[in-house]
Amino acid sequence: MNDSVDRLRARGARVEAVEASAKMSAAELSAWFGDKQALRSITLPLIERKVTAIIGPSGCGKSTFIRCLNRMHEVVAGARATGDVLLDGKSVYGADVDPVRVRRRVGMVFQKPNPFPTMSVRDNVLAGLRLSGIDPPDTDALVEEVLGQAALWDEVKDALDRPGGALSGGQQQRLCIARCLALEPEVVLMDEPCSSLDPIATAKIEELIHDLRDRYTIVVVTHSMQQAARVSDYTAFFYLGELVEYDHADVIFTKPSDPRTEDYITGRFG
Amino acid sequence: MTPELESAYRGRKLAARVAPAASGAAVVLALLPLFAVFAYVASHGARALSLTFFTEPVGVRGAGMANAIFGTIELVVLASAMGIPLGIAAGLYLAEYASTPLARAVRFSADVLAGVPSILVGVVVYAVVVVRMKQFSALAGAAALAVVMLPLVTRTTDELARAVPDSLREAALALGAPRWRTALFVVLRTAAPGIRSGCLLAVARVSGETAPLLFTAYNNRFFNESLLDPTSTLQVQIFTYTMTPNDDWHAQAWAAALVLVTLVIVLNVLARRLVAEEESG
Repeated sequence: MNDSVDRLRARGARVEAVEASAKMSAAELSAWFGDKQALRSITLPLIERKVTAIIGPSGCGKSTFIRCLNRMHEVVAGARATGDVLLDGKSVYGADVDPVRVRRRVGMVFQKPNPFPTMSVRDNVLAGLRLSGIDPPDTDALVEEVLGQAALWDEVKDALDRPGGALSGGQQQRLCIARCLALEPEVVLMDEPCSSLDPIATAKIEELIHDLRDRYTIVVVTHSMQQAARVSDYTAFFYLGELVEYDHADVIFTKPSDPRTEDYITGRFG
Repeated sequence: MTPELESAYRGRKLAARVAPAASGAAVVLALLPLFAVFAYVASHGARALSLTFFTEPVGVRGAGMANAIFGTIELVVLASAMGIPLGIAAGLYLAEYASTPLARAVRFSADVLAGVPSILVGVVVYAVVVVRMKQFSALAGAAALAVVMLPLVTRTTDELARAVPDSLREAALALGAPRWRTALFVVLRTAAPGIRSGCLLAVARVSGETAPLLFTAYNNRFFNESLLDPTSTLQVQIFTYTMTPNDDWHAQAWAAALVLVTLVIVLNVLARRLVAEEESG
């Protein structure tokens, strides 16, 4: 088991405060795909209304980790997880917990924008509610508010009836973020949300992450260290399925304590 | 350019001319039977077509085939109402729960069923429905056609639903949608255009089926009064008239064939038009 949280704890009271304000936390979380272990006993807090970035080379378990947080990991055939994930102090893996409810509280944005191609922009925003069997009363106001939050309203307000797939890649990704926000989640997980976008669209998403942190607890998986440094308050470095180091972003990027972290952020491997 | 290269180029240019010509000839050859059939049927059938053909039933003087035309449409509509919803539901189950033993068994039996000669379907429906109800009926005929449609619709839905990218399923699940809503409102809706045309092709296919009807819907010289009566259809009427030595009836059979072929072609064109519209729109 890794000891980075312990090490953090050893540094003093600041960390106690950190753990007390955790919105979610993983406790000795391990995950498998069939026989292959993808995560090795991860213990990590996700602080409320802060941005936590997960960095690390490809295949280090970043995506698997956040997919365990909203129970999307188990959707893949042969995938399983042990350990626990707490949301507001309660296990999301409890026997009486419906994964559907967890996913409504812990939203997710995927690596590739995946708006529903058969639905209009408006219907995409409302899809989460409708797919949950909820018919919102004032849809126009909700659509405007949520698209506004996703910094997309001005660009699409005249195109609400066009298919979601007709937008540009960056707009599609912000549409997916809006679709996620429409459910009023408490936590938003983003799995490399900019990896298929150009630099301008990336800048817009990063700005958006900045704006959203006042209202949501955000976890961003990224393999861009620059992005992690720009957007995150806390950063966790994963390597080969293990959590190598977790700390305030500025600490990770200026004086990391583990040599592997230093090697990675200085570009010596990865 | 060296002489070797030049001769190589000449060879390629020749091949580039011969190959399209050869495949063009193959296309013509393949289409020949289709046009031959249609031209032959049209030339023979058009002569016997008249207004009464469409307005009068078989069993009256100067008869037409109004009851058979109605019967064919009636049976196809009934069969579609039974076969399409069941087939789509089964296909969606196959696609969404592909790895369960039940799904594997269903997929295998759908493939086998698709290969069963349709006359056998007629025999089974005769034994199961007609014998029990003690009469031939439109219902039995429609049931037989529905069984013929079922594997077509099931496998089309299965294939098209599995072609829906997993990223859309994950998007819906991550929004907190239950599995069944994801299947119905995301997977089915995304695959809908293809499924729709697949269903139309299945409808076109059973519109011409004769064998399953011979001992299920049987035949009727008049309009059937209820779904429990035997029913005439164009295809069985063609079969019946062709088996007689009567020239008049032969001519009527040709006319019926023309109407039936036209019906099937219209359905096919409609299916393709639908797909094209969905793709461009």
